[in-house]
Amino acid sequence: MTVTDIAGRTVHVDSEGFLTDPSEWDEELAKALAEQIGITLTEEHLRMLRFLRADFTTTHETATTRRVQAVGGFPVKQQFALFPQKPAKKMAYVAGLPKPHGCV
Amino acid sequence: MTTLETVPVVPSFDVVDTDRKLAIICSKGNLDMAYPGLVLANAALGEGVETHLFFTFWGFDMITRDRMAKLAFSPAGNAAMHLPRIGTRLPQALAPLPGMTALATWMLRRQIAAIDVPEVPDFLDQIVASGGHLWACRMSADMQHLTEADLRDDVEGIISASDFIEKTAGAQLLFI
Repeated sequence: MTVTDIAGRTVHVDSEGFLTDPSEWDEELAKALAEQIGITLTEEHLRMLRFLRADFTTTHETATTRRVQAVGGFPVKQQFALFPQKPAKKMAYVAGLPKPHGCV
Repeated sequence: MTTLETVPVVPSFDVVDTDRKLAIICSKGNLDMAYPGLVLANAALGEGVETHLFFTFWGFDMITRDRMAKLAFSPAGNAAMHLPRIGTRLPQALAPLPGMTALATWMLRRQIAAIDVPEVPDFLDQIVASGGHLWACRMSADMQHLTEADLRDDVEGIISASDFIEKTAGAQLLFI
């Protein structure tokens, strides 16, 4: 287990840097996580993150891009626009959740 | 053991192979063989890889408007077709019986839907929305007397094999 400092906060992460304890996350931390990967969070980003967090509490799995569109109602195009190149992993990281396991 | 990293541990998202390119040739029109290309294309796009799909021969059905939602699966010649719950193989002698293709197709569609994987047309919508490029094979179009009007709107063009080779210079290539 690894502990790391993000914006003055001590959090538990896996070897890649994904948070391992979802309860350490809040929207302030999300801003700091986003900055680490070059994203400035807007309300639009936060709406998506809130869906991911809420979905995780019921499914115990991180939503894939497919699910974020089909269930969350955020079009795939918008996901790529807000979290460029690797939306699924970037959304998961900023939301303080594990990488999605699903293939689709 | 807990280790303390003073430098923040951050996933290396920026290490994207910006030059990496993937070309997938989809040559099969059976329902089961449509999916490998779609799943891999979607995964590659989600990793920031430029992805091109080239539909040829039977794979043309995947992008032909009046066929793409009706792909079928036949257990004939497929020794890996197991019966649900029982787990034993479907005897090949039964595979060509009337109605078997319809039954197997229905079962496969249900299994795919059960894991929230979209149907072929929806999956292609998602691939295009993710920045994927769809191309149709000139020879297949000519053989089947099909034009762009018969294909999905988001097919970028009916192109020759050599045009495809040119467009995908330096790409990793998958033939399905």
